[in-house]
Amino acid sequence: MSLTNERIQQRLTEKFGDVLTGFEEPFGLLTFTAQKDYNLKVMQFLFDDEELRFRFLTDITAVHYPERKNEELCVVYHLHNFVDNVRLRLKVYTPVAAPKVFTATSLYESANWMERETYDFFGVDFVGHPNLIRILNVDEMTYFPMRKEFPLEDPMRTDKDDEMFGRGGHL
Amino acid sequence: MLDQKQHVKLPEGSIEKNTTTLNLGPTHPATHGVFQNILEIDGEKVVSAVSTVGYIHRAFEKIAERRPYYQITPLTDRLNYCSAPINNMGWIMTVEKLLGLEMPKRVDYLRVIIMELARIADHLICSAVMGVDTGALTGFVYLMTYRELIYEIYEEVCGSRLTTNIGRIGGFERNFTPAAFEKIERFLKEYPAALTEFETLLTRNRIFMERTQGVGAISAERAMSYGFTGPNLRAAGVDYDVRIANPYSSYQDFDFSIPVGTTGDCYDRYQVRNAEMWESISIIRQAMDKLKGLPDDVYHADVPAYYLPEKKDVYTKMEALIYHFKIVMGETEILPGEVYNAVEGANGELGFYLISDGGRSPYRLHFRRPCFIYYQAYAELVKGAMLSDAIVCMSSLNLIAGELDA
Repeated sequence: MSLTNERIQQRLTEKFGDVLTGFEEPFGLLTFTAQKDYNLKVMQFLFDDEELRFRFLTDITAVHYPERKNEELCVVYHLHNFVDNVRLRLKVYTPVAAPKVFTATSLYESANWMERETYDFFGVDFVGHPNLIRILNVDEMTYFPMRKEFPLEDPMRTDKDDEMFGRGGHL
Repeated sequence: MLDQKQHVKLPEGSIEKNTTTLNLGPTHPATHGVFQNILEIDGEKVVSAVSTVGYIHRAFEKIAERRPYYQITPLTDRLNYCSAPINNMGWIMTVEKLLGLEMPKRVDYLRVIIMELARIADHLICSAVMGVDTGALTGFVYLMTYRELIYEIYEEVCGSRLTTNIGRIGGFERNFTPAAFEKIERFLKEYPAALTEFETLLTRNRIFMERTQGVGAISAERAMSYGFTGPNLRAAGVDYDVRIANPYSSYQDFDFSIPVGTTGDCYDRYQVRNAEMWESISIIRQAMDKLKGLPDDVYHADVPAYYLPEKKDVYTKMEALIYHFKIVMGETEILPGEVYNAVEGANGELGFYLISDGGRSPYRLHFRRPCFIYYQAYAELVKGAMLSDAIVCMSSLNLIAGELDA
C-alpha cells in the first residue's frame, strides 16, 4: 500500500487547512470531519487528485445525535481508492432544524439512491439532488423515522425497566 | 374520442403519447422478488424505466437499535436470503472486530467453508434463473438438487435452512458433525459434474448467447460510478474483490483467482458467476485439507465473556452461570467505537457500519446493501433494449428483494 493515511491527511490539510478537523483512525480507517459547506469540495478534490484517486463511493448514511446542539445530524461518507486499496470516512455535521448539505450526485451516480435513503430516514436535504423523494417508506409519511425521537417501543410501557434493560423511551 | 364520463383517471398526456406504460412488477414472476418497474415502451423497445423499491421494507436498522448484538444476527438473515450465512458471518465479524476478538484458525476455515457454500448456492440460483428466463428450465432443475444439498449442510451445522442464524459472536454454536463433513465431501465430489453439465447445456448454447450477449452492458467506469460491486463489477472488468482487497476470516491463506469479464453484459455476468463457483469449490477443498492438520474440537474462541458457555457448565459452575446470564440478558460489556467492516457477499460488497456508544445495542447500524446501490443503474442498462432483454438483464443483476429494502 503506497498511499498511507498520514499522506492523505497531509495532502488534505495542505489543501483545506482548518476546514477539516477531528482526524482519527478508528480500526485503521482514516476518519475526519469537514465543515458543512465543504463536503462536495473535499470529495471533488479526493476524486480529482492524481495521487488520492478516491473514485468509488462505498456508502452514504447519517447518524442522529440529539444531544449535539446545532449539529444534530451527521452525514457519513465512506470512500474507497481501488488503486491503492485505501478507504476513508468523511463526516459532515448539520443542524437538524435546517439539514442542508450538498449532493454528491454530480460525482457519483450511486449517490442518487443513497442520498434518497438518507433523506427518507433522517430528512437530510441534499441540495442539488435531481430527485429527492422518499425511497423505502411510503410517500405520505410526514416524519423521518430513524431520528432518535422516535423510539422503537412504546415509551409508556412500565413492564420493562429501562435502567436495567437498556436504552429506553427517553431517547 | 374521450368521453367526459369515463371513470378511469389517466395521467396527463397519456392518450396523446405514442408509447405504452407497462408495469413490470411488483408481483410479476420475472422480477423474482417484490419490486416494481414502470417501463415506458415503444412497441417492444424500452424508452425509459422507473424503479420503485421498498415493498418489503422492514426497518432493520431501526430494530437493531433496540436489540442486543447477538439478536441482530437473525435480522441479517433476511437481507440477502439466498446466501444468509454470508450476512450472518459478516455481522458477527463486525462485532468481533469491534470487540477485538481473534478467532482460532479452525473457526476461520469453517466459516470460509460455510461462506463459500453460500456463495455457490447464491450464484447457482442466479445463473440457473438466467437460463429459466431465456427459456431453458432443464439446467435449473439440475442445479437445484445441489442447492438442496447445501441447505442440508446448513441444517447439519445450525439446524435451519433458509434463514440460518449460523455462527455466534466468538465462533460457532456447535461443532460440525461428522455427517456435515460427509455431506460437504459429497458435495465436492458430485457438484463439479453437475456444474459441468449445466455449463455444457447453457454456456455455448446459441439461443442463450443471442439472448444475453451485448444485453445490459455497462462500462467499467460507469459501473464504478454506479457503485457496482461483486460479480457485476467484475464482469465489467474491474478486479475488485473484498476477499482479496481486505482479507477477513483467513482468506489470505487460500489460493484462488478473481474471474473478470470484459464487456459487463449479461453473458459476462453469467460467466463470472460460473467461474466463481469453480473458485469456491477449490477454496472449500483447500479449507477441508487445512482442517485435517488442526485439532478437531475447536469451534469457538476462548472468550467466555462473549461466547455462551456449555449448558452443563451453566448448571454446575458459578462463573459459567454468570456469563450465561449476562450474555442472554445482553449485558456483555461492549466498548464504544465506530467500525466499518465489509465482506464479499454473493452479489457485492456487503458492509456493516456500526457505531457503539457502549450500550447493550448499537447506537447506529447501517447495512451497505450491494444490490440496493447497483439497482439504480437498471434504467440505464435497459434503455433502448427490447422488453425481453429487460427481463434477462434484471435476473442477471442478482437482485434480492430482501436486500434491496432491508
